[in-house]
Amino acid sequence: MVLIDRYVRPKSLEEAYELLTSVKGARIIGGFTFMRLGTVNIPLLIDLQDLGLDFIREGEDFIEIGATVKLGDVERSEVIQKHFDGFLSKTVKYIWSVQLRNIATVGGTVFARFGFSDFITSLLVLNTKVKLYRNGEMLLEDFLESRVSRDILVSLKIEKEERKAKFRFMRNSFYDFSILNVAVSAKVENGRLGGFRIAIGARPGIAKLARKAMEYLEKNGLSPETISKASDLSAEEMEFGTDIRGDAEYRKMICPVLVRRALNDILSESSGGNRS
Amino acid sequence: MKMGLKINGEFKEFDVDPSTTLLDLLREAGYMSVRRACDTGTCGVCTVLMDGKPVLSCAILALSADGHEITTVEGLKDDEDFQRLLDLFLSEGVDQCGYCNPGFLITAYAMKRELKNPTDEEIKMYLVGNLCRCSGYVGQMRALKKYLGVEE
Repeated sequence: MVLIDRYVRPKSLEEAYELLTSVKGARIIGGFTFMRLGTVNIPLLIDLQDLGLDFIREGEDFIEIGATVKLGDVERSEVIQKHFDGFLSKTVKYIWSVQLRNIATVGGTVFARFGFSDFITSLLVLNTKVKLYRNGEMLLEDFLESRVSRDILVSLKIEKEERKAKFRFMRNSFYDFSILNVAVSAKVENGRLGGFRIAIGARPGIAKLARKAMEYLEKNGLSPETISKASDLSAEEMEFGTDIRGDAEYRKMICPVLVRRALNDILSESSGGNRS
Repeated sequence: MKMGLKINGEFKEFDVDPSTTLLDLLREAGYMSVRRACDTGTCGVCTVLMDGKPVLSCAILALSADGHEITTVEGLKDDEDFQRLLDLFLSEGVDQCGYCNPGFLITAYAMKRELKNPTDEEIKMYLVGNLCRCSGYVGQMRALKKYLGVEE
């Protein structure tokens, strides 16, 4: 059960940050959907919904998503749908239920670094930066590995580029968290594929990039043979753990399968792909 | 803490403990169509519309809903389109125990406003968060396809 002593809706980021850092145990409410499942006493809960961070806007080089945007709004956004062949909208559509997606926020998901998150895994294969009130902008992958905690996520900035991306997951049932999730992407430049990114999440730890597999594809291009090798590499370089949904060994076994399928999807859509 | 909510078109003021969920508030205020079951954001029986979108009232703090507009089944009783949905639930024999019905009805009502000519798969995906432990969802699908104007 969650016991909350005090609830506030600050009117500025400055005020929110001041409250967050001056009250011991103060926490920012994301969507509250996961926070409420714990047993915790929160002296001060800070709700950011009055800060105007519920925007999705398209700049020249970036798509920017405000921290209080609901996952359901990401799913429905025309801006999000028209980039990366709707990759991010499609991924979000597979997360839990319509009702929950209308509550859960982008900031609540990313800042909390939820290991089970499908959304974070998908963002990792796009070139995504997090914009923090105090620590400024940093790459999502760096933020996920950092210890930044007393800060406020303002927005996500996703680089606009021609990039093909695919998402795969393994679940016990559709309406469940993923036992393992995988996202892959490749940048398309002059008809050639490069800039490969592979992210593995729900291991059950927080998603991270499979850098050795990415480097291998960068050097060797995308082909049925290299896909097989890169898929194996991705499983070898990851640590897997055991939880109620699956054990480490199972996760390690299905990892290359999901990576292979996702990369095959990209290859088959790329009319021959990069054979360099 | 003092707060205000527009519920079914009527503005109401409340004095709540900060830990109160929207579900607690609505039930204590007499909106008994909003039900409690799993209390973990899974089953969908507590679904209401917040600013027109279906949400889980068990997973929202009452204070976070302050200033928003809430619609429950009670607020749709004079809505002709909603009445048609109710009639279809009856005529297609959807009801068994009926506990999940209000959540189902609210989500279906929202789906009609969000999806145009949905496929069977899209209907099922939209309703994945509404669990019924009596039926096999066959009656619901029959009623919903008629309601949504989707041919069998």
